[in-house]
Amino acid sequence: MRRRRAAFVVRAAILAALIAMLEVGCRTGAIDPLTVIPPSDMVASMVGQIGSGELDASIVSTFSTILIAFVLAVILGIATGATIHRFARLRDVADPLLASYYSVPTFIFYPLLVALLGLGKAPLVVLGILSAVPAVVISTLSGLDSVAPVLMKVARVHRLTAARTLWWIVLPAALPHLFTGFKLALSYALIGVIAGEFILSGSGLGYAISFAYQSFDNRTMYGAMLFVLLVAVIANGILYMWEGRLARRRSRG
Amino acid sequence: MTGQCHVSLREAVRRYDGPPAVHALGPVNLEIRRGEFFSVVGPSGCGKSTLLDVISGLVRPSSGSVHFEDKELRGEVPDGVGVVFQEDSSMPWLSVRDNVAFGLRTSGLPKKEVAGRVDHAIRFMGLAQFAGHYPAQLSGGMRQRVCIARTLVLRPRLILLDEPFGALDQQTRLLMGDELLRLWRETGATVLLITHALDEAAMLSDRVGVMSARPGHFIDMVETGWPRDRDSRVISDPKFGALTARLWSSLREESLKTMGHAA
Repeated sequence: MRRRRAAFVVRAAILAALIAMLEVGCRTGAIDPLTVIPPSDMVASMVGQIGSGELDASIVSTFSTILIAFVLAVILGIATGATIHRFARLRDVADPLLASYYSVPTFIFYPLLVALLGLGKAPLVVLGILSAVPAVVISTLSGLDSVAPVLMKVARVHRLTAARTLWWIVLPAALPHLFTGFKLALSYALIGVIAGEFILSGSGLGYAISFAYQSFDNRTMYGAMLFVLLVAVIANGILYMWEGRLARRRSRG
Repeated sequence: MTGQCHVSLREAVRRYDGPPAVHALGPVNLEIRRGEFFSVVGPSGCGKSTLLDVISGLVRPSSGSVHFEDKELRGEVPDGVGVVFQEDSSMPWLSVRDNVAFGLRTSGLPKKEVAGRVDHAIRFMGLAQFAGHYPAQLSGGMRQRVCIARTLVLRPRLILLDEPFGALDQQTRLLMGDELLRLWRETGATVLLITHALDEAAMLSDRVGVMSARPGHFIDMVETGWPRDRDSRVISDPKFGALTARLWSSLREESLKTMGHAA
């Protein structure tokens, strides 16, 4: 516990030092204000934009898209992972494809998705899913691999149905691995959606950042960037703490 | 208490398709009496665990038949059978209480009845202080007790134990043996214990079956003649040494075969 607290303090100190250096660099003119604005101005810009409500529509649009993409990626990823796990020959085919998936730049399909699905939310959701789903598939496979065979025997001794075996034994046993997949899926869905908005969309936080960038409005751009960064860190932090609680309960004395 | 046949195997054989194909068990002919404490010893890899799987209904015999309470088993675990496995099968995401209650989730019993049974099993296995703990916070022996308690709440008429004390030190094994005998006496259940420890089999059982090297079949049956209210102190009885020696003399040649030596 003391080690973890010490690591947290060191981490926070490094972050604070970097922010302070950036602040000093910007204020003294060592860093060109046309390139980066002082962190305190970023915070002021973020607070101002949120307070004025000018980001409300973008926030709702972006985070609802991320949430839909994340939830669908989790459902699709678990179903795909479970199917691949069930059939050994399918796994022989799928394993190398999954391993090399991350070398595919999924963003290049965005124009195709727009052509197929229009300019609304749909292509962004699909892009988010395409980015997030492999992490869930891979974590589902390793989670199912990790279920102790003896627990499956316990299920049979208790004469559980397939659904109850899945719900009461397989999913809880695989949960630590699934959690890793969920964390990655959230990050990838966020990256996929915001990058998609950046490239072609006409709404959302990615678009707001891109628009400010093209208008040379650094203050607005950095304020919106900081907001996205904070939300991503907080969402991941919540999942991290939840995972930590589960892990502490399960770890062998 | 003991008498009528509770479990019977007739010419039961288990083969596993390869590659490589393995003839794991049999033919085995066996009758276990109702309320009997029956142990099985045999050399490593002789098919002891396969025998337990066949008797529990987890595995169907390739040929021959298995009957429990006069009903033939067809690859399903029948009602009234509880199994404790060699490996730790406690569920790390559930507390001790929830682990023990797991077996009753599908029972349809009223909540009060479930709570009563769970409390009794937890107390019986000496886990009352640890009901809210998680398996990670318990020793290996205590986790195995949780698994026994989870079986106990089901009130099985046949309890199958596959080397449940295999990972424990000698003192704990003796004490767990006493707890097992108490459980057997108080529940009136039939017990089948698979073990590689000859002293454990000699101490606990009414009868010990000695298996041959693979494919395992019974080469000796030893009646111990112990009274029903015995405990681990029987190891100081002169008869205990004679029993253990008898088991070893039956088993020695088979163990040498397993190791690839001539007798």
